[in-house]
Amino acid sequence: MKAVISAVAVLLALDTSAGLAQQKPSRNYESPGAVLARVPEKDRAKRNPFATDPEAASAGRKLFEQHCAECHGRTAEGARRGPSLRSEDLRQATPGEVFWILTNGVVRRGMPAWSKLPEQQRWQIVSFLQEQKGSTP
Amino acid sequence: MFHPVASLARGCCLVLMALSLFKCQAFAQESPYIVTYDHHLEEPGNLEVEYFSTFGTQRAGNDFHAYWVEFEYGATAWWTTEFYLDGQTTFHDSTLFTGLRWENRFRPLRTEHFINPVIYVEYENISEADKIVKEVEGHDIASDHADPNALLRQGHNHELEFKLILSKDFKGWNFAVNPLATKNLSPNNPWEFGYAAGISRPLALKASAQHCTFCRENFIAGVELYGGLGDTQSFGLHETSHYIAPALAWNLPSGWTVRLSPGFGLNDISRRLLLRWGLSREFSGFGEVLRGLFGGRS
Repeated sequence: MKAVISAVAVLLALDTSAGLAQQKPSRNYESPGAVLARVPEKDRAKRNPFATDPEAASAGRKLFEQHCAECHGRTAEGARRGPSLRSEDLRQATPGEVFWILTNGVVRRGMPAWSKLPEQQRWQIVSFLQEQKGSTP
Repeated sequence: MFHPVASLARGCCLVLMALSLFKCQAFAQESPYIVTYDHHLEEPGNLEVEYFSTFGTQRAGNDFHAYWVEFEYGATAWWTTEFYLDGQTTFHDSTLFTGLRWENRFRPLRTEHFINPVIYVEYENISEADKIVKEVEGHDIASDHADPNALLRQGHNHELEFKLILSKDFKGWNFAVNPLATKNLSPNNPWEFGYAAGISRPLALKASAQHCTFCRENFIAGVELYGGLGDTQSFGLHETSHYIAPALAWNLPSGWTVRLSPGFGLNDISRRLLLRWGLSREFSGFGEVLRGLFGGRS
Protein backbone atom coordinates (compact mmCIF):
# COMPACT_ATOMS: atom_id res chain seq x y z
CA MET A 1 0.00 0.00 0.00
CA LYS A 2 2.95 2.28 0.75
CA ALA A 3 4.09 1.81 -2.84
CA VAL A 4 0.66 2.90 -4.11
CA ILE A 5 0.66 6.02 -1.93
CA SER A 6 4.24 6.89 -2.94
CA ALA A 7 3.49 6.46 -6.61
CA VAL A 8 0.38 8.64 -6.37
CA ALA A 9 2.35 11.32 -4.52
CA VAL A 10 5.11 11.31 -7.16
CA LEU A 11 2.51 11.43 -9.91
CA LEU A 12 0.69 14.36 -8.34
CA ALA A 13 3.92 16.27 -7.75
CA LEU A 14 5.12 15.76 -11.32
CA ASP A 15 1.74 16.58 -12.81
CA THR A 16 1.46 19.72 -10.75
CA SER A 17 4.90 20.96 -11.73
CA ALA A 18 4.17 20.24 -15.38
CA GLY A 19 0.82 21.96 -15.11
CA LEU A 20 2.41 24.99 -13.48
CA ALA A 21 4.94 25.25 -16.27
CA GLN A 22 2.13 24.99 -18.77
CA GLN A 23 0.15 27.76 -17.13
CA LYS A 24 2.79 30.50 -17.16
CA PRO A 25 1.36 32.90 -19.72
CA SER A 26 4.66 34.58 -20.55
CA ARG A 27 6.14 31.29 -21.77
CA ASN A 28 3.08 29.91 -23.41
CA TYR A 29 1.43 32.75 -25.17
CA GLU A 30 1.86 32.84 -28.88
CA SER A 31 -0.22 35.31 -30.83
CA PRO A 32 -2.67 33.88 -33.37
CA GLY A 33 -0.75 35.81 -36.02
CA ALA A 34 2.49 34.01 -35.16
CA VAL A 35 0.76 30.64 -35.35
CA LEU A 36 -0.90 31.51 -38.65
CA ALA A 37 2.48 32.47 -40.09
CA ARG A 38 3.61 28.87 -39.70
CA VAL A 39 0.84 27.42 -41.90
CA PRO A 40 2.32 25.91 -45.08
CA GLU A 41 1.26 27.55 -48.34
CA LYS A 42 -0.53 24.48 -49.73
CA ASP A 43 -2.64 24.17 -46.56
CA ARG A 44 -3.44 27.87 -46.59
CA ALA A 45 -5.13 27.49 -49.96
CA LYS A 46 -7.34 24.53 -49.02
CA ARG A 47 -11.05 25.07 -49.48
CA ASN A 48 -13.77 24.07 -47.07
CA PRO A 49 -15.74 21.25 -48.75
CA PHE A 50 -18.75 22.24 -46.62
CA ALA A 51 -18.65 25.93 -47.54
CA THR A 52 -22.07 25.68 -49.20
CA ASP A 53 -23.59 23.18 -46.77
CA PRO A 54 -26.19 25.05 -44.68
CA GLU A 55 -26.04 22.43 -41.89
CA ALA A 56 -22.27 22.39 -41.52
CA ALA A 57 -22.08 25.39 -39.20
CA SER A 58 -24.78 23.94 -36.90
CA ALA A 59 -22.93 20.65 -36.69
CA GLY A 60 -19.71 22.63 -36.20
CA ARG A 61 -21.31 24.52 -33.33
CA LYS A 62 -22.17 21.23 -31.63
CA LEU A 63 -18.63 19.93 -32.11
CA PHE A 64 -17.15 23.22 -30.93
CA GLU A 65 -19.24 23.07 -27.75
CA GLN A 66 -18.13 19.49 -27.14
CA HIS A 67 -14.43 19.87 -27.76
CA CYS A 68 -13.35 23.52 -27.87
CA ALA A 69 -15.67 25.65 -25.74
CA GLU A 70 -14.03 24.51 -22.52
CA CYS A 71 -10.91 26.52 -23.45
CA HIS A 72 -12.15 29.09 -25.95
CA GLY A 73 -15.63 29.87 -24.60
CA ARG A 74 -19.02 28.84 -25.98
CA THR A 75 -18.98 31.31 -28.84
CA ALA A 76 -15.20 31.41 -29.34
CA GLU A 77 -14.96 34.65 -27.38
CA GLY A 78 -12.01 33.32 -25.37
CA ALA A 79 -11.78 32.00 -21.82
CA ARG A 80 -9.19 31.53 -19.11
CA ARG A 81 -7.42 28.66 -20.83
CA GLY A 82 -7.59 29.69 -24.46
CA PRO A 83 -7.55 32.89 -26.52
CA SER A 84 -10.48 34.41 -28.37
CA LEU A 85 -10.90 33.00 -31.84
CA ARG A 86 -12.55 36.22 -32.97
CA SER A 87 -9.34 38.24 -33.04
CA GLU A 88 -8.57 40.28 -36.14
CA ASP A 89 -5.86 37.80 -37.24
CA LEU A 90 -8.27 34.89 -37.11
CA ARG A 91 -11.08 36.86 -38.73
CA GLN A 92 -8.81 37.31 -41.72
CA ALA A 93 -7.54 33.72 -41.71
CA THR A 94 -8.49 31.47 -44.62
CA PRO A 95 -10.50 28.30 -43.95
CA GLY A 96 -7.36 26.31 -44.80
CA GLU A 97 -5.35 28.11 -42.14
CA VAL A 98 -7.97 27.51 -39.45
CA PHE A 99 -8.20 23.85 -40.50
CA TRP A 100 -4.41 23.47 -40.25
CA ILE A 101 -4.33 24.89 -36.72
CA LEU A 102 -7.18 22.64 -35.68
CA THR A 103 -5.45 19.60 -37.15
CA ASN A 104 -1.98 20.27 -35.76
CA GLY A 105 -2.77 22.18 -32.59
CA VAL A 106 -0.16 24.39 -30.98
CA VAL A 107 1.23 21.50 -28.99
CA ARG A 108 4.11 23.26 -27.25
CA ARG A 109 1.72 26.00 -26.13
CA GLY A 110 -1.02 23.78 -24.71
CA MET A 111 -3.44 23.40 -27.60
CA PRO A 112 -3.81 19.73 -28.53
CA ALA A 113 -3.93 18.48 -32.11
CA TRP A 114 -7.50 17.63 -33.05
CA SER A 115 -6.59 15.21 -35.79
CA LYS A 116 -8.47 12.56 -33.84
CA LEU A 117 -11.66 14.11 -35.16
CA PRO A 118 -12.40 13.00 -38.73
CA GLU A 119 -11.47 15.55 -41.40
CA GLN A 120 -15.16 16.20 -42.14
CA GLN A 121 -15.84 17.16 -38.52
CA ARG A 122 -12.83 19.51 -38.44
CA TRP A 123 -14.18 21.25 -41.54
CA GLN A 124 -17.59 21.52 -39.85
CA ILE A 125 -15.89 23.32 -36.94
CA VAL A 126 -14.19 25.62 -39.47
CA SER A 127 -17.64 26.37 -40.93
CA PHE A 128 -18.88 27.36 -37.47
CA LEU A 129 -15.83 29.58 -36.84
CA GLN A 130 -16.21 31.21 -40.23
CA GLU A 131 -19.83 31.94 -39.35
CA GLN A 132 -18.62 33.64 -36.17
CA LYS A 133 -16.66 36.10 -38.31
CA GLY A 134 -19.84 38.10 -38.65
CA SER A 135 -20.12 38.47 -34.87
CA THR A 136 -18.65 41.29 -32.87
CA PRO A 137 -15.16 40.37 -31.56
CA MET B 1 -8.67 -7.47 8.53
CA PHE B 2 -7.13 -5.61 5.57
CA HIS B 3 -8.41 -6.89 2.27
CA PRO B 4 -6.54 -5.31 -0.65
CA VAL B 5 -9.24 -5.76 -3.30
CA ALA B 6 -12.04 -4.48 -1.05
CA SER B 7 -9.78 -1.58 -0.17
CA LEU B 8 -9.10 -0.91 -3.85
CA ALA B 9 -12.84 -1.03 -4.63
CA ARG B 10 -13.63 1.37 -1.76
CA GLY B 11 -10.87 3.72 -2.93
CA CYS B 12 -12.17 3.70 -6.49
CA CYS B 13 -15.74 4.40 -5.32
CA LEU B 14 -14.49 7.36 -3.29
CA VAL B 15 -12.51 8.70 -6.25
CA LEU B 16 -15.51 8.34 -8.58
CA MET B 17 -17.78 10.04 -6.03
CA ALA B 18 -15.31 12.90 -5.66
CA LEU B 19 -14.99 13.22 -9.42
CA SER B 20 -18.74 13.27 -9.84
CA LEU B 21 -18.64 16.63 -8.06
CA PHE B 22 -16.87 18.09 -11.08
CA LYS B 23 -19.34 19.95 -13.21
CA CYS B 24 -17.06 19.82 -16.23
CA GLN B 25 -17.52 16.44 -17.85
CA ALA B 26 -15.78 16.56 -21.20
CA PHE B 27 -17.08 14.88 -24.33
CA ALA B 28 -14.63 12.15 -25.19
CA GLN B 29 -13.67 10.91 -28.62
CA GLU B 30 -12.00 7.70 -27.57
CA SER B 31 -10.67 5.07 -29.90
CA PRO B 32 -11.92 1.50 -29.42
CA TYR B 33 -8.42 0.11 -28.82
CA ILE B 34 -7.74 -1.55 -25.49
CA VAL B 35 -4.21 -2.85 -26.13
CA THR B 36 -3.00 -0.72 -29.03
CA TYR B 37 -2.22 2.99 -28.68
CA ASP B 38 -2.70 5.66 -31.30
CA HIS B 39 -0.83 9.00 -31.27
CA HIS B 40 -3.66 11.01 -29.73
CA LEU B 41 -2.93 12.10 -26.18
CA GLU B 42 -5.22 13.26 -23.41
CA GLU B 43 -6.18 16.94 -23.64
CA PRO B 44 -4.08 19.03 -21.22
CA GLY B 45 -5.63 19.41 -17.78
CA ASN B 46 -8.20 16.65 -18.39
CA LEU B 47 -8.46 13.54 -16.27
CA GLU B 48 -9.94 10.36 -17.65
CA VAL B 49 -10.93 7.66 -15.20
CA GLU B 50 -11.28 4.24 -16.76
CA TYR B 51 -12.33 0.82 -15.57
CA PHE B 52 -11.61 -2.25 -17.66
CA SER B 53 -12.55 -5.87 -17.22
CA THR B 54 -11.12 -8.94 -18.91
CA PHE B 55 -12.77 -12.34 -18.74
CA GLY B 56 -10.26 -14.94 -19.86
CA THR B 57 -10.47 -18.64 -20.45
CA GLN B 58 -7.58 -20.68 -19.10
CA ARG B 59 -6.26 -23.90 -20.59
CA ALA B 60 -5.43 -26.44 -17.85
CA GLY B 61 -6.63 -24.06 -15.14
CA ASN B 62 -9.51 -21.97 -13.88
CA ASP B 63 -10.98 -19.15 -15.95
CA PHE B 64 -10.45 -15.67 -14.55
CA HIS B 65 -11.80 -12.16 -14.39
CA ALA B 66 -9.04 -9.54 -14.32
CA TYR B 67 -9.69 -5.81 -13.96
CA TRP B 68 -7.88 -2.55 -13.75
CA VAL B 69 -8.58 1.08 -12.93
CA GLU B 70 -6.73 3.69 -14.90
CA PHE B 71 -6.25 7.40 -14.17
CA GLU B 72 -5.12 9.16 -17.34
CA TYR B 73 -4.08 12.77 -17.06
CA GLY B 74 -3.06 15.22 -19.77
CA ALA B 75 -0.11 16.93 -18.08
CA THR B 76 0.61 18.95 -21.24
CA ALA B 77 -0.46 18.73 -24.87
CA TRP B 78 2.66 16.59 -25.50
CA TRP B 79 2.74 14.47 -22.32
CA THR B 80 0.09 12.13 -20.94
CA THR B 81 0.67 10.23 -17.72
CA GLU B 82 -1.37 7.29 -16.42
CA PHE B 83 -1.57 5.35 -13.21
CA TYR B 84 -3.03 1.83 -13.09
CA LEU B 85 -4.18 -0.44 -10.30
CA ASP B 86 -4.64 -4.11 -11.27
CA GLY B 87 -6.55 -6.97 -9.70
CA GLN B 88 -8.01 -10.34 -10.60
CA THR B 89 -10.39 -13.04 -9.49
CA THR B 90 -9.63 -16.59 -10.53
CA PHE B 91 -12.75 -18.74 -10.37
CA HIS B 92 -12.68 -21.47 -7.70
CA ASP B 93 -9.50 -19.87 -6.36
CA SER B 94 -9.15 -16.34 -4.95
CA THR B 95 -9.21 -12.58 -5.55
CA LEU B 96 -5.99 -10.58 -5.53
CA PHE B 97 -4.64 -7.08 -5.90
CA THR B 98 -1.86 -7.73 -8.40
CA GLY B 99 0.06 -4.48 -8.70
CA LEU B 100 0.43 -1.04 -10.17
CA ARG B 101 1.75 0.59 -13.29
CA TRP B 102 2.86 4.10 -14.12
CA GLU B 103 2.82 4.95 -17.79
CA ASN B 104 3.98 8.03 -19.67
CA ARG B 105 3.53 8.94 -23.31
CA PHE B 106 5.49 11.73 -24.99
CA ARG B 107 4.83 13.28 -28.34
CA PRO B 108 8.17 14.49 -29.76
CA LEU B 109 6.93 16.30 -32.89
CA ARG B 110 5.07 19.60 -32.92
CA THR B 111 2.79 18.94 -35.89
CA GLU B 112 1.07 16.06 -37.63
CA HIS B 113 3.23 14.06 -40.03
CA PHE B 114 2.79 11.22 -42.49
CA ILE B 115 3.38 8.88 -39.53
CA ASN B 116 3.15 10.25 -36.02
CA PRO B 117 5.48 8.82 -33.37
CA VAL B 118 4.83 8.80 -29.64
CA ILE B 119 7.33 7.47 -27.10
CA TYR B 120 5.89 5.28 -24.35
CA VAL B 121 7.65 4.45 -21.09
CA GLU B 122 6.03 2.41 -18.32
CA TYR B 123 7.12 1.15 -14.93
CA GLU B 124 5.33 -1.96 -13.68
CA ASN B 125 5.35 -3.34 -10.16
CA ILE B 126 3.18 -6.43 -10.54
CA SER B 127 2.98 -9.97 -9.27
CA GLU B 128 3.03 -12.96 -11.59
CA ALA B 129 -0.64 -13.41 -10.77
CA ASP B 130 -1.41 -10.29 -12.84
CA LYS B 131 -3.76 -11.43 -15.60
CA ILE B 132 -5.00 -8.24 -17.24
CA VAL B 133 -2.99 -9.10 -20.39
CA LYS B 134 -2.66 -5.41 -21.24
CA GLU B 135 0.12 -6.43 -23.56
CA VAL B 136 1.68 -9.70 -24.69
CA GLU B 137 5.47 -9.86 -24.61
CA GLY B 138 8.28 -12.35 -25.00
CA HIS B 139 7.07 -15.92 -24.60
CA ASP B 140 3.92 -15.08 -22.62
CA ILE B 141 1.55 -17.99 -23.17
CA ALA B 142 -1.74 -19.16 -21.67
CA SER B 143 -0.18 -21.80 -19.43
CA ASP B 144 1.81 -19.11 -17.54
CA HIS B 145 -1.36 -18.44 -15.55
CA ALA B 146 -2.51 -22.02 -15.02
CA ASP B 147 -1.01 -22.28 -11.52
CA PRO B 148 -3.08 -21.36 -8.46
CA ASN B 149 -2.96 -17.75 -7.24
CA ALA B 150 -1.16 -18.74 -4.05
CA LEU B 151 1.78 -19.89 -6.14
CA LEU B 152 1.68 -17.15 -8.76
CA ARG B 153 1.55 -14.30 -6.26
CA GLN B 154 4.93 -15.30 -4.84
CA GLY B 155 6.66 -14.10 -7.99
CA HIS B 156 7.06 -10.34 -8.22
CA ASN B 157 8.22 -8.31 -11.18
CA HIS B 158 9.63 -4.82 -11.49
CA GLU B 159 9.63 -4.07 -15.19
CA LEU B 160 10.30 -1.22 -17.55
CA GLU B 161 8.38 -1.26 -20.77
CA PHE B 162 9.10 0.83 -23.85
CA LYS B 163 6.89 1.24 -26.89
CA LEU B 164 7.24 3.19 -30.06
CA ILE B 165 3.73 4.22 -31.01
CA LEU B 166 3.41 4.86 -34.73
CA SER B 167 0.03 6.04 -35.89
CA LYS B 168 -1.65 7.67 -38.84
CA ASP B 169 -5.10 9.05 -39.57
CA PHE B 170 -6.17 8.79 -43.19
CA LYS B 171 -9.64 9.53 -44.57
CA GLY B 172 -11.28 8.81 -41.24
CA TRP B 173 -9.31 5.60 -40.62
CA ASN B 174 -6.70 5.27 -37.92
CA PHE B 175 -3.77 2.90 -38.39
CA ALA B 176 -1.52 2.23 -35.41
CA VAL B 177 1.46 -0.05 -34.82
CA ASN B 178 3.21 -0.44 -31.46
CA PRO B 179 6.44 -2.46 -31.30
CA LEU B 180 7.39 -2.97 -27.64
CA ALA B 181 10.40 -4.01 -25.56
CA THR B 182 10.26 -4.95 -21.89
CA LYS B 183 13.05 -5.42 -19.35
CA ASN B 184 12.54 -7.15 -16.05
CA LEU B 185 14.77 -5.18 -13.68
CA SER B 186 15.86 -8.32 -11.82
CA PRO B 187 19.31 -9.46 -12.94
CA ASN B 188 19.77 -12.03 -15.71
CA ASN B 189 16.43 -11.45 -17.37
CA PRO B 190 16.52 -10.88 -21.13
CA TRP B 191 14.75 -8.10 -23.02
CA GLU B 192 11.37 -9.30 -24.23
CA PHE B 193 9.60 -8.12 -27.35
CA GLY B 194 6.05 -7.87 -28.61
CA TYR B 195 3.75 -5.95 -30.87
CA ALA B 196 0.26 -4.54 -31.13
CA ALA B 197 -1.44 -3.12 -34.20
CA GLY B 198 -4.87 -1.70 -34.79
CA ILE B 199 -7.13 -0.17 -37.37
CA SER B 200 -10.32 1.77 -36.60
CA ARG B 201 -12.88 4.13 -38.07
CA PRO B 202 -15.96 6.01 -36.85
CA LEU B 203 -19.20 4.65 -38.31
CA ALA B 204 -19.93 8.14 -39.66
CA LEU B 205 -17.36 10.80 -40.49
CA LYS B 206 -19.69 13.79 -40.63
CA ALA B 207 -21.33 15.01 -37.45
CA SER B 208 -25.05 15.61 -37.27
CA ALA B 209 -26.28 19.00 -36.10
CA GLN B 210 -28.29 17.56 -33.20
CA HIS B 211 -26.98 16.29 -29.89
CA CYS B 212 -27.66 12.58 -30.02
CA THR B 213 -26.76 9.42 -28.18
CA PHE B 214 -27.17 6.83 -30.90
CA CYS B 215 -25.76 8.77 -33.89
CA ARG B 216 -23.36 6.70 -35.95
CA GLU B 217 -20.61 9.29 -35.44
CA ASN B 218 -20.54 8.31 -31.72
CA PHE B 219 -19.48 4.75 -32.53
CA ILE B 220 -15.95 3.81 -33.56
CA ALA B 221 -15.23 0.26 -34.71
CA GLY B 222 -11.89 -1.39 -35.18
CA VAL B 223 -9.78 -4.47 -34.84
CA GLU B 224 -6.57 -5.13 -32.92
CA LEU B 225 -3.85 -7.72 -33.41
CA TYR B 226 -1.26 -8.31 -30.70
CA GLY B 227 1.26 -10.88 -29.57
CA GLY B 228 4.77 -11.75 -28.43
CA LEU B 229 7.97 -11.77 -30.43
CA GLY B 230 10.26 -13.72 -28.09
CA ASP B 231 13.27 -12.30 -26.30
CA THR B 232 16.95 -11.56 -26.87
CA GLN B 233 17.80 -15.25 -26.41
CA SER B 234 15.11 -16.51 -28.76
CA PHE B 235 13.66 -13.82 -30.98
CA GLY B 236 10.77 -14.68 -33.28
CA LEU B 237 7.36 -16.30 -33.29
CA HIS B 238 8.38 -19.65 -31.78
CA GLU B 239 6.45 -20.35 -28.54
CA THR B 240 4.60 -17.05 -28.60
CA SER B 241 0.90 -16.28 -28.28
CA HIS B 242 -1.12 -14.01 -30.57
CA TYR B 243 -4.60 -12.55 -30.52
CA ILE B 244 -7.05 -10.85 -32.82
CA ALA B 245 -9.72 -8.66 -31.25
CA PRO B 246 -12.56 -6.73 -32.91
CA ALA B 247 -13.34 -3.64 -30.83
CA LEU B 248 -16.13 -1.11 -30.53
CA ALA B 249 -16.24 2.21 -28.66
CA TRP B 250 -19.40 4.19 -27.97
CA ASN B 251 -18.75 7.81 -27.00
CA LEU B 252 -21.84 9.13 -25.23
CA PRO B 253 -22.67 12.85 -25.17
CA SER B 254 -22.65 12.72 -21.35
CA GLY B 255 -18.88 12.15 -21.39
CA TRP B 256 -18.98 8.40 -20.79
CA THR B 257 -17.31 5.96 -23.16
CA VAL B 258 -18.17 2.26 -23.33
CA ARG B 259 -15.81 -0.19 -25.00
CA LEU B 260 -16.27 -3.85 -25.89
CA SER B 261 -13.72 -6.19 -27.40
CA PRO B 262 -13.77 -9.97 -27.66
CA GLY B 263 -10.25 -11.27 -28.32
CA PHE B 264 -9.49 -14.67 -29.80
CA GLY B 265 -6.26 -16.64 -29.51
CA LEU B 266 -4.64 -17.43 -32.84
CA ASN B 267 -2.69 -20.53 -31.83
CA ASP B 268 -2.85 -23.41 -29.37
CA ILE B 269 -0.74 -21.72 -26.72
CA SER B 270 -2.90 -18.56 -26.65
CA ARG B 271 -6.02 -18.22 -24.51
CA ARG B 272 -9.11 -19.15 -26.47
CA LEU B 273 -11.03 -16.05 -25.41
CA LEU B 274 -10.24 -12.71 -23.79
CA LEU B 275 -13.51 -10.85 -23.49
CA ARG B 276 -12.89 -7.23 -22.51
CA TRP B 277 -15.13 -4.32 -21.73
CA GLY B 278 -14.48 -0.93 -20.26
CA LEU B 279 -16.19 2.17 -18.98
CA SER B 280 -14.52 5.56 -18.84
CA ARG B 281 -15.34 9.16 -18.20
CA GLU B 282 -13.39 12.29 -18.94
CA PHE B 283 -13.29 15.29 -16.60
CA SER B 284 -12.04 18.67 -17.71
CA GLY B 285 -10.46 21.23 -15.43
CA PHE B 286 -8.86 18.63 -13.15
CA GLY B 287 -5.44 20.25 -13.62
CA GLU B 288 -6.74 23.56 -12.30
CA VAL B 289 -8.20 21.89 -9.22
CA LEU B 290 -4.90 20.09 -8.65
CA ARG B 291 -2.94 23.31 -8.97
CA GLY B 292 -5.34 24.98 -6.53
CA LEU B 293 -4.75 22.19 -4.01
CA PHE B 294 -0.99 22.46 -4.31
CA GLY B 295 -0.99 26.25 -4.16
CA GLY B 296 -0.15 26.90 -7.80
CA ARG B 297 -1.56 29.65 -9.96
CA SER B 298 -4.72 28.81 -11.82
